[in-house]
Amino acid sequence: MIKRIIIISLILNVLLYAETKSENIQENKKENIYEHNCIPCHRYLPSSLGDMYMRYLKTFSGEITLKAALKAFLKEPLEQTSVMSDLFIDRFSVKDKTLLNDKQLDEAINIYWDLYNVRNKLK
Amino acid sequence: MLALKNKDINLLRSSEKSSLLRFLALYTVLATMILLLLGIFYYKSQEELMFSNERIKLSNYANEQVKELKLLHHYFPSRTEYPRSYNFDSAIYDIERVKIFSTLKNSEVNFDKEIYRSGDKIHFVKYLDDYYLGAKYLFLEVDEDNDWYAKTITNIIILGILTLIIMAIFGLFFVHILLRPMKNSIMLLDNFIKDTTHELNTPISAILANVEMMDTDVMVEKNKKKLHRINIAAKTVSHLYQDLTFLTLNHNQQSKDEWIDLKKLFEDRVEYFTILAGSKKVTFYLDLNYSAIYMDIVKMTRVIDNLISNAIKYNKRLGAITIILRKEYFIIRDSGIGIEASKVSAIFERYSRFNNSEGGFGIGLNIVKSIIDEYGLKISVESVLGEGTDIRVEFLKASLGNGD
Repeated sequence: MIKRIIIISLILNVLLYAETKSENIQENKKENIYEHNCIPCHRYLPSSLGDMYMRYLKTFSGEITLKAALKAFLKEPLEQTSVMSDLFIDRFSVKDKTLLNDKQLDEAINIYWDLYNVRNKLK
Repeated sequence: MLALKNKDINLLRSSEKSSLLRFLALYTVLATMILLLLGIFYYKSQEELMFSNERIKLSNYANEQVKELKLLHHYFPSRTEYPRSYNFDSAIYDIERVKIFSTLKNSEVNFDKEIYRSGDKIHFVKYLDDYYLGAKYLFLEVDEDNDWYAKTITNIIILGILTLIIMAIFGLFFVHILLRPMKNSIMLLDNFIKDTTHELNTPISAILANVEMMDTDVMVEKNKKKLHRINIAAKTVSHLYQDLTFLTLNHNQQSKDEWIDLKKLFEDRVEYFTILAGSKKVTFYLDLNYSAIYMDIVKMTRVIDNLISNAIKYNKRLGAITIILRKEYFIIRDSGIGIEASKVSAIFERYSRFNNSEGGFGIGLNIVKSIIDEYGLKISVESVLGEGTDIRVEFLKASLGNGD
């Protein structure tokens, strides 16, 4: 009897662990979209992603406007639509077109917005 | 003559009074509306003056706050403390009008006005060109200085009342100027009617007195008939004269109320109208009990005379008039032509006549109604076309005698 109880509890623990693991994988997958596709390139630039967020915020103000502008730029990067300075563009040029599809792009932008959103940080 | 003149003026005053009151009411309403509009304009101008004073101060505060936001934006996120001031509270909203941060006490904000009152606070909005921290709108909030408000309202009330009084004085002055021609016309017409009426009295009285005095025993039958006709005609004119006199003179006179023995009064008036009724071979049937009423005898006589006169005038030849008198009412019933049901309600209107077959001005029943109303009595008419009319007058219990 005791053996049975031990076996059942072991199975339950394994199932619970598997479920938690699956959630974490999904969460990481989301973060990965931003981390894998954005951070690697920006890591070597002198202007951080945080600085760029503040530039976007200063230019576009609202969440919907900012996200739409950023998405449009990532899909079709142009010097004219970039928020970066001329000096920066001369030095590093405009980025290449994104390879992410719309859904992935939205996910990455949402993560980016949440990460640097000033609303929750102001005191 | 002096008494007549006084009555003239009284008559004019009563007709003037309603016109004067209507004009003054209209004038007051218009004047009040104009003053109200002026008050609103004055209030708005004072409010705008207060805003323009506040605007300068708040604009300076806003510039200081923008500098602070710029600094915070530059050092964000290493610095996250929202800039605050002892002079004002503030809030920032993004381009989509979503709140970024606020220290406002009154959170009701208006994005479409530069400066406005919100409760007991004044809000000032600055639109930012560079959206530091994403802010497109910067709201500043300061306490409202209520002194201007109390001062403005006090000024509006005092000046409003003063202007209203001055306008009322001018209004009265204008009314008198406007009414003067009308007053003169009414006086002229009134004097004409009175003089004419007065001039009728002497010949009618002379005719009636001489007819009464003539010795009919020595007359031939043909002349007797002629004299009889003269008597009837003179009494008809006399009746009309009395109605006109009542309308122009007695109507505005103070009533001299006294206890009237109605039974006796009816008997007197029936006797007076017997000759007139005889001309149409109308017979009187009297069923009179004792009744007394506290009233002006001249006015009660006008009521009875007019009702009997109409009962004769609109009766058939060989008809009958029945008069029933009880303690609380009397009925005068004729066997005449009757009145159409649709016209019954209009018979008391001045210049209204049952039909055009008989003469008269149509003022008799109007006089009756005015006296009935004056004493709070009740008059009702029941009529069947072609059969006759019953006119019933009920007395007020308070004005009735106890029969002793």
